[in-house]
Amino acid sequence: MPINRRAFIAGGAVTGAGLIIGVRFPRSLLAQEIKKKPVPSPFIAYIHVKPSGQISLIVAKSEMGQGIRTGLAMCLAEEAEVDFNSMSIEQAETRPDLYPHLGTGGSGSTEENFTPLRQAGATVRELMITAAATKWSVPRKDCTARKGEVLHRASSRRASYGELVEAASNLALPDPEKVPLKDPSKFELIGHPIPRVDIPAKSNGSAQFGIDVRVPEMLFAVVARCPAFGGKPAHFDAAKAKAMPGVREVFEIPAIGEDMHTAGGVAVVADSTWTAIKAREALQTSWDNGPSVSESTEALHEALLAAAHHPGKSARNDGDVEAALSNSAKRVEAVYELPFLAHATMEPMNITMHARAGECEVWAPTQSPDWVQRTVAKILGLPAPKVNVHTTLMGGGFGRRYMADFAAEGAQVAKVVGKPVQLVWTREDDMTHDLYRPAACHRMLGAVDAAGRPTAWQHTLASTSIAAFWHPKDDAGNGEVGGAREMPYAIPNVRVDYNPVASSVPRAWWRSVEHSFNGFAVECFIDELAAAAGKDPVGFRKALLVKPAGWKPRYEYSPDPARLRGVLELAAEKSGWSNPLPKQRGRGIAAYHSFGSYFCEVAEVTIVDAKTFRVDRVIAAVDCGQIVNPESVRSQTEGAIIFGLSAALKNQITIKNGAVEQTNFDGYDPIRISEAPPIEVHLVQSKEDCGGMGEPGVPAIAPAVANAIFAAGGKRLRRLPFQIGAAA
Amino acid sequence: MASIRLLINNTPHEVYVDPDTPLLWVLRDQLNLTGTKYGCGEGLCGACTVHLNGEAVRSCQISVSSVGERKITTIEGLSVDSSHPLQLAWIAEQVPQCGYCQSGQIMAAAALLAQTRNPTDEQIDAAMLGNLCRCGVYQRIRHAIHRAAKGA
Repeated sequence: MPINRRAFIAGGAVTGAGLIIGVRFPRSLLAQEIKKKPVPSPFIAYIHVKPSGQISLIVAKSEMGQGIRTGLAMCLAEEAEVDFNSMSIEQAETRPDLYPHLGTGGSGSTEENFTPLRQAGATVRELMITAAATKWSVPRKDCTARKGEVLHRASSRRASYGELVEAASNLALPDPEKVPLKDPSKFELIGHPIPRVDIPAKSNGSAQFGIDVRVPEMLFAVVARCPAFGGKPAHFDAAKAKAMPGVREVFEIPAIGEDMHTAGGVAVVADSTWTAIKAREALQTSWDNGPSVSESTEALHEALLAAAHHPGKSARNDGDVEAALSNSAKRVEAVYELPFLAHATMEPMNITMHARAGECEVWAPTQSPDWVQRTVAKILGLPAPKVNVHTTLMGGGFGRRYMADFAAEGAQVAKVVGKPVQLVWTREDDMTHDLYRPAACHRMLGAVDAAGRPTAWQHTLASTSIAAFWHPKDDAGNGEVGGAREMPYAIPNVRVDYNPVASSVPRAWWRSVEHSFNGFAVECFIDELAAAAGKDPVGFRKALLVKPAGWKPRYEYSPDPARLRGVLELAAEKSGWSNPLPKQRGRGIAAYHSFGSYFCEVAEVTIVDAKTFRVDRVIAAVDCGQIVNPESVRSQTEGAIIFGLSAALKNQITIKNGAVEQTNFDGYDPIRISEAPPIEVHLVQSKEDCGGMGEPGVPAIAPAVANAIFAAGGKRLRRLPFQIGAAA
Repeated sequence: MASIRLLINNTPHEVYVDPDTPLLWVLRDQLNLTGTKYGCGEGLCGACTVHLNGEAVRSCQISVSSVGERKITTIEGLSVDSSHPLQLAWIAEQVPQCGYCQSGQIMAAAALLAQTRNPTDEQIDAAMLGNLCRCGVYQRIRHAIHRAAKGA
């Protein structure tokens, strides 16, 4: 992949988005950029030791349920030799000077931090030992650190980290690359199932999410936004709203484009959320819909379909696909279609802010506190360090809370109000003004020879590109073709093309990003080729996952064929792949790599009748490299499968007159408990580098279900969400 | 606007609000009982579930003036020290991910267990159908309810 360094810097400094989500820029480049920054003292950045002996571990990534507070604290504690159970674990301040990459996205937190945090922990341990050895005038090698103490065995002397911290933190910091790290066989935390530190507070109502922030004298705000994207208020009755008891302010806020993408509208500030909501209704705002009002899902569908039938910008071109297709024994063609999707976090967007003279206090449920900080600073005209962003817990992220649109709106409101104010999006606001997973259409052509070997693979992808929305001057295919370009099967003639399709619907990163649509196309189509070849779907894939001697990844994110084959074999074995199922039942498989991790998912389905099918169970095999907390790996896998099932079976965002048609969970209803199949998770023990866990469990489930329906005697389902009536 | 008396978690409160205000917003904005969550405002997601005289209800769908004498229990009042069998089971099974829906899930499950001491999977599904979890921890919710039922 060509690296555009200038764009990288701009991305990091201005938008942060592509950079941190990790789709626009290679992660290796991010790592290089981080490495260039000075390593902060671990005593300041990561491990706060008070003279009393109380120790806090600092986590500089956002917790949205993925267990990152626990996982990163485990990495620190493992090497620092402190007692994990007596630690307090705290959220980092928004200090980009101290933490080179505060954004939580692209499933990168563990991968980025595993080694640096171990080095930080080890530095603390080594400096504590040095401080003790110096104090006692004994050789360092005779001292050991354990549970927050240094022990000199020969003299049975002990000193707590609290006693040693002053001396230790005055010592020169060693080169982090040279600090000795524990042998992995000695790990006591890493690799062991550790209960998550955030769970007790989430079981008694005391966990504080962004929307739960309460500040003395605070007010509450909602914003009326034009339903059609790009529209603005034409008329509203401010007087009527202001006449209601408890209403404080009504004012218009402009839309902001570029790196914020807010809708603008009419802000209503009141002394309670409910009063603000009722006063917003009283505005009876009429709208100037703007140019997007002609957009509809039907028209977009036609445009995507047409674009997928034209050659596009080449992302990969091996051999001669056209010749192979025309000389083939058997040719297969399929079109796969995927809709816009909302993130629909359970906690709708919100932010609390107090803009004062020369400074601002912000409480934000955000995946990117530094982007929030820059955004608020820009709107209030403050230097960024004067904006103090407290990162709260988040009621779901899934990429939605990466963006800073709600922070920009919050700042527009706080600037006028001057008092602490919480901007709340209602569910309707959240559903109709998300930044959506792109809609996509894939046209696939393939061929198999007389022996049943695939000879050609042509994949033309059309989508409403994320890059085209955020960076219209850049390559629209950047960040759209991942996983399609890296199609892992050994086929001699491969062509992958991309065509962008224009839309006024805002788009952004949705859990697993482009892999959510490319995984579907790749893993359904390989299944269709297997069927065309008359081969078993597992055996067919295995034969094509070949790792020649001296294999090197062709692209930065090319999957290792042996690891992909490993999860394929494991999931097949654990699912009893070779045991036949009764009539009307079927098993489908999909194996997919993204964000450095390998997933294979087997779905078992029953076709109940012509209109209904049921997912009976799911078996997942996961190779995410070195595991930090297996408890979190299991939990993320289960959750990703349910998240993917919501998209496969139920959810879509449709557009009419330039506006989203679904407004609440009645129109966009995620999987509920009665629809949730049992999920079995099998983990591969690995010493490979840490892969991501937040997202890569999502892509494989939709194709696994589609393939299972076919195996059960149903039709090929190629359009999401599956129309169940089309199954049998 | 009206003065309204409420008995919440065995403590009497008096609030001065628009009587049409949903109980949810009175709990959250007037009384700072933020454990009860706003999710949809339409009774579709269950995040705002509380008990009225032990029955699970959606507090976004009940106006504060219609509560009357009924005893309100929120997640904060489910147990004095977070030791309700469901709360312990939630930790033992490591149920929550983001955790936002979990107050509502636990309150719905507590009302179920109060009526049905040892529910089947089908009874759990029926009772918990109205509680959405976007993180998808349903399997763990099922396990935790069974665990609490066995320990109770």
